[in-house]
Amino acid sequence: MKTKIRKILIFVEETHSEMGKHVNPPTRRAAAAAVIENPFAGNYVEDLTELMEIGEELGQLLTERAVAALGIPGASAESYGKAAAVGENGELEHAAAILHPKLGTPVRKTLGKGAALIPSSKKRGGPGVALDIPLGHKDAAFVRSHFDGMEIRVNDAPRANEILVAIAVTDSGRPLPRVGGLTKAQIKGEDGLR
Amino acid sequence: MPEVQLRKRIIVVEEVFHEGGPVAASPLRRAAALAVIHNPFAGKYVPEIAGFMEDLNPLGLEMAKALVAALGGDPKIVEGYGKGAIVGQAGELEHGALWHVPGGYAMREILGNAKAIVASTKKVGGPGTRLDVPITHINASYVRSHFDSMEVGIADAPKANEILLALVMTTGPRVHARVGGLKASEIKGQDGLR
Repeated sequence: MKTKIRKILIFVEETHSEMGKHVNPPTRRAAAAAVIENPFAGNYVEDLTELMEIGEELGQLLTERAVAALGIPGASAESYGKAAAVGENGELEHAAAILHPKLGTPVRKTLGKGAALIPSSKKRGGPGVALDIPLGHKDAAFVRSHFDGMEIRVNDAPRANEILVAIAVTDSGRPLPRVGGLTKAQIKGEDGLR
Repeated sequence: MPEVQLRKRIIVVEEVFHEGGPVAASPLRRAAALAVIHNPFAGKYVPEIAGFMEDLNPLGLEMAKALVAALGGDPKIVEGYGKGAIVGQAGELEHGALWHVPGGYAMREILGNAKAIVASTKKVGGPGTRLDVPITHINASYVRSHFDSMEVGIADAPKANEILLALVMTTGPRVHARVGGLKASEIKGQDGLR
């Protein structure tokens, strides 16, 4: 593996009630995150190919770990998202190199489909910075019940020369969705939007 | 006493491969089980609260079992533990103290009557408040290599009328432990201290 990993973290969150009203079955989401060495920390490097390849490795590893944490087959996942936080000696573009060119293909392979864009966010920050991973339905970006986000943070990462990379996967939407819009039952699943 | 009303449950698993030094043969793993429950005593001073400890026993056992499962299912792998609570702002610190007995005994029971006192901490806070849960060896509090901690917290908890309960287990010493003191191999295991 090209990626130099210091730490892996898995978060699984279940919501059982909101405002005293039961959520049955509970909504569940998982995030898998890796703290990796940034090979380009500290200087400007034009060619970011190595980070793109790291993104490909992490796309597979983190998606497999997130799905395993939910205990579901990949095809049962409903929404997904990705995010990265670059330590202070790196560039925002390093996060972009990991997240955008090559990470998505292994994510979709693990989840069976994934016609929709994988929503993403990125930032630069220090240890403990909060990463809000945006979430959207994996086959139809307009499914309103699945617009969501998941916050994670790691108290000792990213250090200056590190990058925190996270992928979130759910088996459900928000706990008690009731703001209308396209429902998952209405998905056509052709264009990734509806 | 009132029944335990659960809003959310979270499992976090952290694997540490190195921290700048040699990569560990088997990574240190830390796991936290978090539960967000309604605080039945929020908003007023209630003199008699101790009965609620018994109501928390099943939740404590469930969380301890979930931690062992998250670490692979074998209780023998667990070497360190700790616990903590964050009380929402309409509650008292004393409400957090309700967790000492059910949280501690649940872990000791699941881990085969572990001998050491379970290290703990608690505070009053709001949504997103972070808690550094202290960790010590499960059979001998003085084992220096196992003095550790794990930061936990949830973006949307505890609300004013809630309590966030935490249990933590680890599978070994700090990843590059090298400051001497009592070693795990030297434990007598009689008094829970050495």
